[in-house]
Amino acid sequence: MLTNNNRIAHRKKITVVTLLFALVLVGLFGRLVYLMVWRADYYAGKAVELHERERSIKAARGRILDRNGVVIADNRTVCTVSVIHNQIEDPETVVQVLCRELGLSKEFVTARVEKYSSIERIKSNVDKETGDRIREYDLAGVKVDEDYKRYYPFGELASKVLGFTGADNQGIIGLEVIYEEYLKGKAGNILTVTDAKGIEVEEAGERRQEPVKGKDLVLSLDMNIQSYATQLAVQAMKTKEADGVSILAMNPQTGEMLAMVNVPEFDLNDPYTLPEGTAYQTQEEYQNLLNAMWRNGCINDTYEPGSTFKIITAAAGLEAGVVTPQSTFSCPGYIVVDDRRIHCSKRTGHGAQDFIHGTMNSCNPVFITVGLRLGVDQYYEYFEKFGLKKKTGIDLPGEAGTIMHKKENMGNVELATVSFGQSFQITPIQLLTTAASIVNGGRRVTPHFGVEVLDSDGDAAQVLSYPMEEGIVSEETSETLRGILEMVVSDGTGKNGKVEGFRIGGKTATSQTLPRGSGRYIASFIGFAPADDPQVIALAIINNPKGVYYGGQVAAPIVRQLYENILPYLGIAKENAEETDADTP
Amino acid sequence: MASRAIARTKRKEQSEYYFDYSLLFIVLFLLGFGLVMIYSTSSYEAYQDYKDSAHYLKTQLLASILGLIAMIVVANIPYHFWEKFAVLGYVVSFGLIFLVKTPLGIKSHGATRWFRIPGIGLSVQPAEIVKLCMILFLACLVCKLGKNVRTWKGIIIMALFAVPHAVMIKVVTQNLSSAIIVVGIAALMVFVADPHYKKYIVVGGIGCAAVAALVFWIVTSDTAAGLSFRFTRINTWLHPETDPTDTGFQTLQALYAIGSGGIWGKGLGQSMQKLGFIPEAQNDMIFSIICEELGLFGAVAIILMFLMLLWRLMIIANNAPDLFGSMLVVGVIGHIAIQVILNIAVVTNSIPNTGISLPFISYGGSSVMFLLIEMGLVLSVAKRIQLKEV
Repeated sequence: MLTNNNRIAHRKKITVVTLLFALVLVGLFGRLVYLMVWRADYYAGKAVELHERERSIKAARGRILDRNGVVIADNRTVCTVSVIHNQIEDPETVVQVLCRELGLSKEFVTARVEKYSSIERIKSNVDKETGDRIREYDLAGVKVDEDYKRYYPFGELASKVLGFTGADNQGIIGLEVIYEEYLKGKAGNILTVTDAKGIEVEEAGERRQEPVKGKDLVLSLDMNIQSYATQLAVQAMKTKEADGVSILAMNPQTGEMLAMVNVPEFDLNDPYTLPEGTAYQTQEEYQNLLNAMWRNGCINDTYEPGSTFKIITAAAGLEAGVVTPQSTFSCPGYIVVDDRRIHCSKRTGHGAQDFIHGTMNSCNPVFITVGLRLGVDQYYEYFEKFGLKKKTGIDLPGEAGTIMHKKENMGNVELATVSFGQSFQITPIQLLTTAASIVNGGRRVTPHFGVEVLDSDGDAAQVLSYPMEEGIVSEETSETLRGILEMVVSDGTGKNGKVEGFRIGGKTATSQTLPRGSGRYIASFIGFAPADDPQVIALAIINNPKGVYYGGQVAAPIVRQLYENILPYLGIAKENAEETDADTP
Repeated sequence: MASRAIARTKRKEQSEYYFDYSLLFIVLFLLGFGLVMIYSTSSYEAYQDYKDSAHYLKTQLLASILGLIAMIVVANIPYHFWEKFAVLGYVVSFGLIFLVKTPLGIKSHGATRWFRIPGIGLSVQPAEIVKLCMILFLACLVCKLGKNVRTWKGIIIMALFAVPHAVMIKVVTQNLSSAIIVVGIAALMVFVADPHYKKYIVVGGIGCAAVAALVFWIVTSDTAAGLSFRFTRINTWLHPETDPTDTGFQTLQALYAIGSGGIWGKGLGQSMQKLGFIPEAQNDMIFSIICEELGLFGAVAIILMFLMLLWRLMIIANNAPDLFGSMLVVGVIGHIAIQVILNIAVVTNSIPNTGISLPFISYGGSSVMFLLIEMGLVLSVAKRIQLKEV
């Protein structure tokens, strides 16, 4: 049937064919070695990425403490309730329970329960108790994850300074924004292994990447001072029917802010609720009203400082040597600059007076004269040297810049008005900082709240430092000016700021807001104590007071009341206490 | 020689017929291993879909038992008995292809590849029957053609007989891979039957060049829009990550599985990719799960088992008492070798994705049954091997 030849040929071919197949299989083996040894890590990594679903664990946000270690921004444990579509066994019960416990509408919950997604959030920021109750039902497919919600124990206090956080715990305004990096921490993850449909594979267990808690922030703010200042501001606003009252207190030596009050404040635990009775039509209008409510006027808004600015003109004049305390001036009630007649606040004039009395009287012609003696170039130079053209660099967002004439557009008239604090605008914090820098011996400080950052053990992880510029005025000028300003309070326009037993220096201001003639004024007083070695400087600004509107009458008493309480509190010793006692009959 | 003398005495003690126990062992091993892996890969999805983790295992076990019975029966029937059914089988199997278009056909994944045998409830893939009948028919044809098989005429005749089935499998059941296998089996049988090499080398060379040119043309042409489905398939092969929805997704998932296996594997039953990431992992992609669970060593062990199987088949084909028997075994070699190679190549993304099952291991009742019947034929051929020197 078969010839031998053929047989051998067939055998050979069968062997060849088999060998060929074997060769191909060896080649495929090589391919497998490549895939399973060289490419193993790559593909295994890709596979793990595919198998793991992550649920993030929020990190506890760092707390904010005041200078005495009082917690002013804390975290409260809240729960986030979510559903995992594929794991739900009894959708009806799930909907029913979630509606009842969370107070949500049936349509809302049903839509989410029926939505085909890996994980669907039903509600966040649920009370811990409610979360625990839901967890106790032990419903398949319902996840209750704990996370944190910001809580402010002091409610309204320092609301515009602290700011608050949004739904995802990230800072929205204030210090919460500026120190976000330190406060936020690092979110962790729960990695669960799931099959292709997203169902957890139980044997595989969970892999947790623990969240890293945010760092605590220590402020220079003193909640006692803040609290008392707020009371004073609220009271003043009520009695003077003012639009708003701001009080700032700072350590002039370091720039540390002790208090910053802007009434009306808002409730940090409920920042999206407008004051009762506020009407709005559109969403945009609502947002604008919210932004206005959250606005920190001391930082974000500028105003004409008025007579308090005479401190700066005086410093420039003394520093340049165009005036000494003994220089004499004559005030007929007005002064003519070029073709313009500029009136003094006292129309009848102050008559002959030296510079000290000119300051005590807050006499406009005196300061206009000083300004004119300096001239535009020199005045502008000091303006810049004092740091008035720059922002103060305070650690709060949205600081407004100075609105000032351009040097080339500045004539004598402009110079004259600037000399007594009009026709340009600065922020209250800018005024406070500049005044502080002039009376502290000439060191331009950076106003700030943040002092240090603590790590999780409560140890100082980082002490925050701020730039300080030395020598903006000489120590001599500073000392002279402190003396003059003390006279203003002891025996001048600022005598309402006098505090029994303490040496206070200060300056009042009453500025008419633009447009002139509207009858709206801003009354303010800036005061520091002790006058020979300032440890605290405060600025009170009353916006649009009704009735008496003079800074000396309206604003100075606020600072006085503040100092009466906080100077002993700050441990500043009374001067000549025994003498005073002895003098009193 | 001494050893031969011992061998002779041994043979006398035993039956005078040869029985290839090694082959039987290898087949049983692969079957058993396949069942374990089918259970491992399918239990998770089976439980979800049927609330019975052994759903696929049971079906496959039943098919394997039926197949083993058929194998034993066929092994005990002299293979020349089937010669007279060759033409009948050839015609009937052609007809069966069209049965899937009747109400008996079962549609799945957009193609109708099965028909149900009424009463028993078993579904059968006609393509599997065609493979068996084609081997039988071509083996007969080679014998009939005799020396004519060496001529171009003979080759063309062989080809003409094989092509209609292949075309119909492709056209009617949308099963390109089975069509390729049928053509491959025929080509292999022609190659073996004809003692010449030259023309095959030339034809093979031209074929390879054509494929290479085609691939090159597809790679360099930047207008993907005009390319037909088959070409998209080739693009998907080259860049599986660009087509994460369908075939590319499957290929990529298989690569993830193979890669995560590493050298030692994750351990039996520990595959993650079988949890729905590779849909129906117990079918064509089962080798990727073997790689993931048993690692490179498991994969090599399986490849070695298949190599041993081919080696045993080669021995039997070489020692077959006549051309018919030899050609039958050659057909089976072609069938198994082509499927194993194409399957592993697809799973490792060495060639474009096309659905080919891994013999004896992949889930599929008709496939395993007809493979076992083929093994029966091979064992029957082996039995006729004359042990005494002629």
